[in-house]
Amino acid sequence: MSVLSLTCPALHRGPNQILPALALDFAPGGMIGVTGPNGSGKSTLLRAIAGLGPETVGLRQNGQPLAREAVSLLPQNFTIRSSLSVLDCVLLGQRKRLGLRVPPALITEARALLDGLGLADLADRPMNRLSGGQQQRVLIAQRLFAKPRLLLLDEPTSALDLHHQLAALSLLQTHARRSGTVVIAALHDLTLAARFCDRLLVLGDGRICADGPAEDALAPATVEACWNIRPEYLKDRDNRLVVIPHLPA
Amino acid sequence: MTARVDPVAAWRRRSARRALVLAAALAALVALMLADLATGPSGMPLHEVLHALGAGPGGADRAAATILFQIRLPQALMGVIVGACLGLAGLLMQTMLANPLASPYTLGFSAAAGFGASLSILGAGGAAFGLPLWLLTPLSAFLATLAATGLVATLAHLKGHRPEIMVLSGIAVLFLFQSLQSLVQFLSSPEVLQQIVFWLFGSLLKANWTSVGVSGAILLACLPWITRDVWALTALRMGEANAETLGLNLTALRRRTFLLTAALTAAAVSFTGTIGFVGLIAPHIARAMVGEDHRFALPAAALTGALILMAASVLGKLISPGAALPVGIVTALAGVPMLIVVLWRYEES
Repeated sequence: MSVLSLTCPALHRGPNQILPALALDFAPGGMIGVTGPNGSGKSTLLRAIAGLGPETVGLRQNGQPLAREAVSLLPQNFTIRSSLSVLDCVLLGQRKRLGLRVPPALITEARALLDGLGLADLADRPMNRLSGGQQQRVLIAQRLFAKPRLLLLDEPTSALDLHHQLAALSLLQTHARRSGTVVIAALHDLTLAARFCDRLLVLGDGRICADGPAEDALAPATVEACWNIRPEYLKDRDNRLVVIPHLPA
Repeated sequence: MTARVDPVAAWRRRSARRALVLAAALAALVALMLADLATGPSGMPLHEVLHALGAGPGGADRAAATILFQIRLPQALMGVIVGACLGLAGLLMQTMLANPLASPYTLGFSAAAGFGASLSILGAGGAAFGLPLWLLTPLSAFLATLAATGLVATLAHLKGHRPEIMVLSGIAVLFLFQSLQSLVQFLSSPEVLQQIVFWLFGSLLKANWTSVGVSGAILLACLPWITRDVWALTALRMGEANAETLGLNLTALRRRTFLLTAALTAAAVSFTGTIGFVGLIAPHIARAMVGEDHRFALPAAALTGALILMAASVLGKLISPGAALPVGIVTALAGVPMLIVVLWRYEES
């Protein structure tokens, strides 16, 4: 699988430009974090890439345009009130392959995915009986079941407890590496972003302030300028970056 | 440790359970249709009905054949068709607008049909365009419904097919046609006003083989389009944000569903008048019976709508054996407590 190329015109919210025109390349199997303060355009960028904004974003891989079906976006945290079962929800990830009769191979595949994610016990549970965190995990499963070439996640860990934040990001990282899928996730937690993402795009001041590995992208000057915080840096036992934010003096 | 369950077998068991519910509803509908055929001012017990049905329209017992094939059978079939149309239109509307209190009448279609019918009764005197009133009135109601559809579609197209825009457009169209309907009634003589009011009651007494043929054909024509979208509609139950990001073209889906709802509602109300609550209640009962998977919920809504209308028809004839109560009155009376139950359950859930 080859590099995925993205060209995006300037993005606007109303009359205001929030990001300039972009041209970015993503290595296959890469996990990319998009971070930045509130209003910096993370969600707008993800929606535009998914083809849900007014702008026309160009996506190409192997020299060919990427079909819209090959791009999947999990939007920011929302509540599902439907009583459809968890298994139904995951199956909807491949809606176009479902007919009046659902192919047994799809059911087996969806169930195996739920088993793999530790969600097997919830398979027959109605979605509206799940907690917000459980719903979010099921929706991540739904997106993985869709087998996109480009998976976009808007704050996928916002409703998850600490254990499931680590589990979900680890799963997404493994999935990206195994399948060659490019995963782009908007994240607020800089330590999690540094730990799981191969590359970070830091948005702020109406532009991309930094683009690169966490060590470079989260340089003190960038973090201070974008978030108006004073960062303290540590290393965890695996020598990965830990960012502790402090309010400026 | 939980026992390993074969997911395909479990899925098939669940589907079989739902299919069984649909089969039971179908059996209940057949039983109610027979009860409806055996009920009426001129009597005719069930065994005579079955005998006359077996003998066909050319049966030796001319009186029984005439009553059955010219009056009761078209009325019963019309009841089933209208109930199915309203049930389907109700579920489509509730799914499309993500609103449990939406019904086929939410977007003003019924008010438009009422205006069209009233206008034809006021102006035609039974002879406009050389058409008899029994044909002109439903035609006029149908055309007025299409006009309302066009108005709502234009407003929605201008401002985007979002649920809130469609509901607001529908409310505007509803008030417009209600006002026009009132104006027609104000201008009518007492005799014409009586005819208009009778039409607005919603009654199967107006049914004949032409209405059965036309409404049945519209229903049948809509079914393949509805079937095509069962999974898209199921996905829409998961919320707009989720459906949109699953690659669903919401605008196109809403436009299709809107047109189908308009056609089904027009098919239902043009010949029979306004029959309330069926389109509101049937989808709730359907979802309670078979869940939100629209492969099952749509046929369940159609069957439930037909069941409610048949039950109302039988009840109307039993309450007032001499002159059957219009089903529109029965469904409206029975619908109020049913609506309260639905609201209660909705609040609890």
